[in-house]
Amino acid sequence: MRKPHLVAAAALAAASWATLAQDKDPTIAEIEKYREMLADGNPAELYEARGEELWKTRRGPNNASLEQCDLGLGPGVVKGAYARMPRYFADTDKVQDLESRLVTCMTTLQGFKAEDVTKRPYGSEDHKSDLEALTAYVVGQSRGMKMNVSTAHPKEREAFEIGKQIFYHRGGPYDFACATCHGEDGKRIRLQDLPNLTTRKGAQLAYTAWPAYRVSQGELRTMQWRLWDCFRQQRFPEPKYGSDATVALTMYLAASANGGVYNGPGIKR
Amino acid sequence: MNGKLIILGLGALALAGCATGMSEAESRQKALAMMKRDFQSRGIAGIDRLNEDEVQKACNEYHNNPPKEVAERLQTAQMAAIKFPADGQLLGDWKEGEKLAQSGRGMTWSDSPGSPNGGNCYNCHQLSPKELSYGTIGPSLYRYGKIRGNSPEIQRYTYGRIYNAKAYSLCSNMPRFGHVGALTEQQIKHLVALLLDPQSPVNH
Ligand code: HEC
Ligand code: HEC
Repeated sequence: MRKPHLVAAAALAAASWATLAQDKDPTIAEIEKYREMLADGNPAELYEARGEELWKTRRGPNNASLEQCDLGLGPGVVKGAYARMPRYFADTDKVQDLESRLVTCMTTLQGFKAEDVTKRPYGSEDHKSDLEALTAYVVGQSRGMKMNVSTAHPKEREAFEIGKQIFYHRGGPYDFACATCHGEDGKRIRLQDLPNLTTRKGAQLAYTAWPAYRVSQGELRTMQWRLWDCFRQQRFPEPKYGSDATVALTMYLAASANGGVYNGPGIKR
Repeated sequence: MNGKLIILGLGALALAGCATGMSEAESRQKALAMMKRDFQSRGIAGIDRLNEDEVQKACNEYHNNPPKEVAERLQTAQMAAIKFPADGQLLGDWKEGEKLAQSGRGMTWSDSPGSPNGGNCYNCHQLSPKELSYGTIGPSLYRYGKIRGNSPEIQRYTYGRIYNAKAYSLCSNMPRFGHVGALTEQQIKHLVALLLDPQSPVNH
């Protein structure tokens, strides 16, 4: 199988890429080497497979699978669901992104407690995250489809407008906003290219590549994680997992990416 | 004629507001309230970081382009709050400055309290030509001292800029390193030396 090879590649890459945005980054030659390694395949596939199994397995106090979970296209419909999220759900009377919706299904269908499910949403070597795997599975079922997120419902429209405000909101000790780092074309932090998320092209390019397998961390990371780590770099306090503020921001990014072909789960340094 | 145009203009604005049911000011207030509810303190990054100071508020409200009189008033206040070193000595050791410019540590929830902060300068600026991994959010500072010289005025300007960039340009993308206590007086002196010392790789 491909697994051992991939894991070795990931470990190697992790070693040379262990430093993050804030530290000294490797040179361009190393980037090229890394890109070659990635051409071999994406370990995200392993997460997709585990997620599919989790989706179909009876679990939790109710001993139920997630196969009746409604992701917006009707109970059990996974194909194409992610390309239309976030969206308004009548049963919760809320706009939800995929991850907060998964938490809803795990509580209502399987009987898990929301606090337990979201306690450690981001996995590590000794603690694999079910949410990351489930997310990988669902997004993979929208690969090749065009992003088509609605802002027609008043609550969807409101989430978009609030999300936009959050994107431009400067604060914290360094006065940073998302827009400080992602508001202009062709900028970088150290050697890392910063997508301009205020343009359709930039938003499409960035949004359609997430969730992604992070080579430097050896884990699949979701959009919630991406926002969480950018808020950290922004020197903000910590956003709560799946909270309305993170969903609103995701709504702004996702709707800005409309028309782009969804291509995740991707792979990142 | 003019009056009619203004009325038409207002009508269009009101309509734009209707589509969302919210004016921009309303969505801003909702966003602020939502963030205060949906964020939590972690490590050194307390929830109070979501409270805007008057500079942040003006830049947020006016999309980083406040009216001239607002910008001038706030810039003057930021300038008056800059603490220049009491000993009048503004130049430290450029080698220490280079280390600080390299380090992006500090102020995140994963940084431990009490550990010294870095300057993040290479995240946004080119400085020494030997460092190829530099960001481009700010202008290149390569040859900064060679171009500007090392006069007392330039030293003071450079110290002030690093201490509080908003005293010079209210909605600058550069942090206010001295103003918020991210960098100490001594650290800023080292960075001024990195930019102005003729022996520094920035100028050498
Ligand atoms: C201080 C600079 C900074 C701020 C502020 C910031 N980001 Fe980022 N962002 C980055 C960097 C650097 C990367 C590339 C990260 C990496 O490879 O580790 C990135 C990556 C991303 C990506 C993925 C892009 C891709 O193509 O993979 C998205 C989406 C994103 N940021 C969104 C946001 C949002 C939304 C905010 C506001 C909450 C934000 N960022 C705030 C620096 C920043
Ligand atoms: C988040 C990005 C960012 C960081 C980090 C940053 N700067 Fe800047 N800097 C800028 C921008 C943008 C400007 C352009 C002028 C302005 O908008 O204030 C600037 C301008 C300057 C100037 C004035 C240049 C001139 O031509 O007059 C100096 C000096 C300077 N920076 C030094 C530093 C030093 C030293 C550090 C590290 C302590 C640093 N900067 C960190 C973004 C940054």
